[in-house]
Amino acid sequence: MQTHAIDIESIRRHPAAETAGPIDNSLQVEGLNLFYDQTSQALFDINLEIPKRRVTAFIGPSGCGKSSLLRCFNRMNDLVDGCRVEGHLRLEGDDIYAPNVDVAGLRRRIGMVFQKPNPFPKSIYENVAYGLRIQGINKKRVLDEVVEKSLRAAALWDEVKDRLNDSALGLSGGQQQRLVIARTVAVEPEVLLLDEPASALDPISTLKIEELIYELKSRYTIVIVTHNMQQAARVSDMTAFMYMGKLIEYDSTDRLFTNPNQKQTEDYITGRYG
Amino acid sequence: MNTQDVTTLHSQKNPGPLVWVKSGEPMIWINAAAVSLSVIAVVGLMALLAVRGFSHFWPKDVMLSNVAYQDNVRPILGEVVEEVEVSRQQLLEAGFTLKGSEDFFQRTLLKQGNRDFLGSDFVWLINEQLDAPQYPENVVVIERLEWGNFYGYLKSVTRDGALVADAAEDEAGAWEAFQSVIADTLSVREAIHVIERGDIGRINYAMERLRLEERTLELADALDATAQAALASERAELDAQYKVLQDQLYTLYDSITNHSYSAILADGREVSLPIAKVVRAYQPNGMGIADKLAMYVERLWEFLSDEPREANTEGGIFPAMFGTVMMVILMAIIVTPFGVVAAVYLREYARQGLVTRIIRVAVNNLAGVPSIVYGVFGLGFFVYFLGGELDQLFFPAALPSPTFGTPGLMWASLTLALLTLPVVIVATEEGLARIPKSVREGSLALGATRAETLWRVVLPMATPAMMTGLILAVARAAGEVAPLMLVGVVKLAPSLPLDGNYPFIHLDQKFMHLGFHIYDVGFQSPNVEAARPLVYATALLLVIIIALLNLAAVTLRNRLRERYKSLEA
Repeated sequence: MQTHAIDIESIRRHPAAETAGPIDNSLQVEGLNLFYDQTSQALFDINLEIPKRRVTAFIGPSGCGKSSLLRCFNRMNDLVDGCRVEGHLRLEGDDIYAPNVDVAGLRRRIGMVFQKPNPFPKSIYENVAYGLRIQGINKKRVLDEVVEKSLRAAALWDEVKDRLNDSALGLSGGQQQRLVIARTVAVEPEVLLLDEPASALDPISTLKIEELIYELKSRYTIVIVTHNMQQAARVSDMTAFMYMGKLIEYDSTDRLFTNPNQKQTEDYITGRYG
Repeated sequence: MNTQDVTTLHSQKNPGPLVWVKSGEPMIWINAAAVSLSVIAVVGLMALLAVRGFSHFWPKDVMLSNVAYQDNVRPILGEVVEEVEVSRQQLLEAGFTLKGSEDFFQRTLLKQGNRDFLGSDFVWLINEQLDAPQYPENVVVIERLEWGNFYGYLKSVTRDGALVADAAEDEAGAWEAFQSVIADTLSVREAIHVIERGDIGRINYAMERLRLEERTLELADALDATAQAALASERAELDAQYKVLQDQLYTLYDSITNHSYSAILADGREVSLPIAKVVRAYQPNGMGIADKLAMYVERLWEFLSDEPREANTEGGIFPAMFGTVMMVILMAIIVTPFGVVAAVYLREYARQGLVTRIIRVAVNNLAGVPSIVYGVFGLGFFVYFLGGELDQLFFPAALPSPTFGTPGLMWASLTLALLTLPVVIVATEEGLARIPKSVREGSLALGATRAETLWRVVLPMATPAMMTGLILAVARAAGEVAPLMLVGVVKLAPSLPLDGNYPFIHLDQKFMHLGFHIYDVGFQSPNVEAARPLVYATALLLVIIIALLNLAAVTLRNRLRERYKSLEA
């Protein structure tokens, strides 16, 4: 495989076989078109199925629509004026864009972590408890338990257990991002959407986030958008390559990086494009 | 480095003016000059107000001098207030005959007091008329409730009609007796004040409520015999209480009316005056610095804590301070929720488009409308229309005398709230716009609705901006006078808008305001010379109060900002 820049076997942290087993689909995308206004179309006829309890990575050059696609899953695009979606997206068979969908409830099932850490200007504890308080859960005992569990799940507990009541804004960028993951995990979603979660972080923090993704995938379906092909190769089981709003190729990470079907994919991952 | 570089470097040794301009140095100097000018202006203004205003309370020495005018020589007593230089021409035109031949003459403004005997408290004298000024230690200054200050010599003191001390026999003893009678009189007057303002005020208030109750029943055709009897018995009860208090008052008044003192004026006349009208008496020429300082503090405190007397030219300005602060606080309570809700709607909910743009322009323009226009609007809409309707609906018993259909505290606060609304809206909107989208998305992504996001994340983060708006609003409202003259401020309010009578805050009452007080004392007063120092002192106080209100709000805002600091970076 001399043509490929990335030697997939050498950079994978964990053997691929570990994740083998019966595969169900969590999210299904059928004929998705996304328009930002009458004239500009961001996504063209996307079809893909995202397996349960696996990590699926979206890669592609800037502006290729990978973040737009990600934001369709939890209907974050609703916030954009004039945004319109055609086609079907299903979570466990339920149509995400059906007219009677409770959007807030949907977002509880599909959590999202953004590129830049965005903790609330509250204490660490209140950040994690936020999602529960929204649901009307205010019992101290329950909250304490969930906060600890979530912070442990995000591998942050040991670093912050003595200062839970300090402002979350005092944490480092990497800690903040893990706090955001803990906050998202606290409401027990089925799917975690990660929008370039490590792009604003230093290498050590990036490493920790990647470790965390690996830990979390045993319980959550994870969809990650990344600029960093090495990262996609390291953490994901499935990879989708997008270009100019179209899904060019979607396959298992091993195959996509070692033996891509499309010329465009090969060009991109070998660095011949952009 | 080649030779060319060396020459270009070398040529900068003699920079022309253009190079100096390009270096940016002039800009720094201009900025520094502008800042210094502003600082000097502010400090200078404050210093002027402080010096002119607060020197008024210092007990000045009293001068005794012979005034020669034409062939007439008479002694005169008084405090030197100021000296100015005037031209010969000016004096000649004013009809003076001058002995000297200089081009300029010194002229002295003397506060001679004794308005009841001399006609005016202030007199301008040309210094050449003055002869041999002295400062005799036994000159007495007596501050009185009526007729301004008295300057003269104490002769004798009479208590309950009987002579207790005569200065001709024992000067120190007479002074001591005088002071002790004054102290007794003051404590009796204090007791009278408590009864009149407190107890009798309460009874009058209760009587008025009974009258309104009766009228309400009458209007509802429910005034039957039992109701009438009940009212009558309550009224009899109050009447009985009133009778007791009135007897007490008569006794107290009787106990002080027969105290009197006789004194000698500068021109030798002897007069006898009641001690009941004396506020305090002192001999400034015989006082040391410590005594004067104590007197200064006492008089300053009186200014801050007392009610005005003598057409606002004497006494204190406490009701005006209280009215100002109360009005501003009420205004803040009204304007904050309104402005914040409006800004939230405009920024968070309204579809951004032509309509919201027009509304924004309108709001901004509203901030530029002259305040007197708001006053007229407040009078027409709030006072006459809303107030009239309120009276019809809720206070028919009091009609035809209006309850809310007349200028008052609530309408003044509402008018100023309207005036400052644009400031709060604009500041809050800017605060909302500055909150990063990522934080909102973070909340929405956790399953919060827009309302929950707004309430739990966005609004708390926008509080510093809201406080900024409020600070600007308070600064503007506290200094505003013109609209208030139409919607509730008066030159003398009989009582404070906050007292012990239910419902404690009297929003329908008229109130006093420092800004209007300055106007009234300075420009509507019959005794301009006496009022002038008070104008300075009141102006300084108004500035200090506004600064304190602002400081409180700024401190609060900075504390909030600290909490959200790292997010704004």
